Amino acid sequence: MDFLRPASWEEALAAKAEHPTAVPIAGGTDIMVEINFDQRRPDVLLDLNRIGELQEWETGEETVRLGASVPYTRIMENLRAELPGLALASHTVASPQIRNRGGVGGNLGTASPAGDAHPALLAAGAVVEVASVRGTRLIPIDDFYTGVKRNALAPDELIRAVHIKKADGPQQFSKVGTRNAMVIAVCAFGLALHPETRTVRTGIGSAAPTPVRARPAEEFLAAALDEGGFWDNGKLIPPAVARQFAELVSGSASPIDDVRGSASYRRHALGVMARRTLGWTWDEYRGNERTIRCA
Amino acid sequence: MRVTFTVNGRPQEADDVWEGESLLYVLRERMGLPGSKNACEQGECGSCTVRLDGVPVCSCLVAAGQCQDREIVTVEGLAEHAKARTCGTGACGSAKGTGLDEAQQWQARPTDESVELSPIQQAFIDAGAVQCGFCTPGLLVAADELLERNAEPTDADIREALSGNLCRCTGYEKILDAVRLAAVRQEA
Repeated sequence: MDFLRPASWEEALAAKAEHPTAVPIAGGTDIMVEINFDQRRPDVLLDLNRIGELQEWETGEETVRLGASVPYTRIMENLRAELPGLALASHTVASPQIRNRGGVGGNLGTASPAGDAHPALLAAGAVVEVASVRGTRLIPIDDFYTGVKRNALAPDELIRAVHIKKADGPQQFSKVGTRNAMVIAVCAFGLALHPETRTVRTGIGSAAPTPVRARPAEEFLAAALDEGGFWDNGKLIPPAVARQFAELVSGSASPIDDVRGSASYRRHALGVMARRTLGWTWDEYRGNERTIRCA
Repeated sequence: MRVTFTVNGRPQEADDVWEGESLLYVLRERMGLPGSKNACEQGECGSCTVRLDGVPVCSCLVAAGQCQDREIVTVEGLAEHAKARTCGTGACGSAKGTGLDEAQQWQARPTDESVELSPIQQAFIDAGAVQCGFCTPGLLVAADELLERNAEPTDADIREALSGNLCRCTGYEKILDAVRLAAVRQEA
């Protein structure tokens, strides 16, 4: 095994081009488990810890460019206002020790359907910035996950950053597990309201071969909100609409039975999470509307 | 490969490190510092918790090569670390850190008053927060870091800070007591 320690991003890209089978290691919270348990022996480990810019983020007018290795702890502490969904999801990742090391780049690289960041990234409509010596590509999150633990990266590419639009409305994240910490999701759900475009986006985790959106649910809810004038009148969403939304979310998943839970439990839990997160986000939306009006 | 890093305030070198080796393995098997415990090897239990450039991490999930030129504090160096913190720049004590020889010879002698402990270690003893003791080093490192950044933690803060450390003996109540005790003493 080789251990490469590039000191700059350019060096890292050159190393990845030269060793396409090299496995990048940043937080190490996935790859080290596999190495410790003798499940994987990469020819080359490519350490990205020395590349400072991967641990930085830039907040622009409309978008946050989040370095691939910004630890979840930093996201929770510093980006709660800009990226509320991702900050909430980050807070549910494992434990403080893991959150101090792991980042969104690792979640995307591993592309496990259970990765906690995915539902929030899907709901926010993130764009993944990947690079190689050939240049940079921007991959919409909807095209990023290609199969179980597979993503759209070419062998010579590395994940540089994720571009996430600053929240233009309430966002929520919910996750089911057996305790409050150190838990891999049985299933998870992210919801983002986008009042500017009068759309909603969702993300489902751990209930399909890849993280997925519940598009029929999004379309239904956007239409229902529009028809009822809810974005303007800020009225309570009728229970029938919430129920239909929950059913459509549930139906968008294709879960399996496994050690963590059964397919039918996952479908049920997704419906519950969809209804709850809708309630939470809509309450927040109405609250904000009221405050603005009063002011 | 060779890894050069700082452990408990002293520069150290480890040779013939296998590229896939964890920091935990290097500490325990090459540095003779078995305080950090090897249990789950997958970041679930927290018993291998150390500080990496000040940040609590599971040393089983840090590749040794990632520690090049970086600073590690293990439970063996906790007393010295806490002392340096109290003294600010370390002007009131030796700022050289815990020597490897010294650390390797360290033995648990809680009743021996000549052994210097960090406040959190003393609080764990006084509160009866140690049973089998296997999880204790990781809990100590995590709890010490909590009190360093948050002098007056709420119970929720304590629970969250220790949520990555599993204890199978105590039911955690005495551990929470110990952290509260250390916080109160720190204030006094």
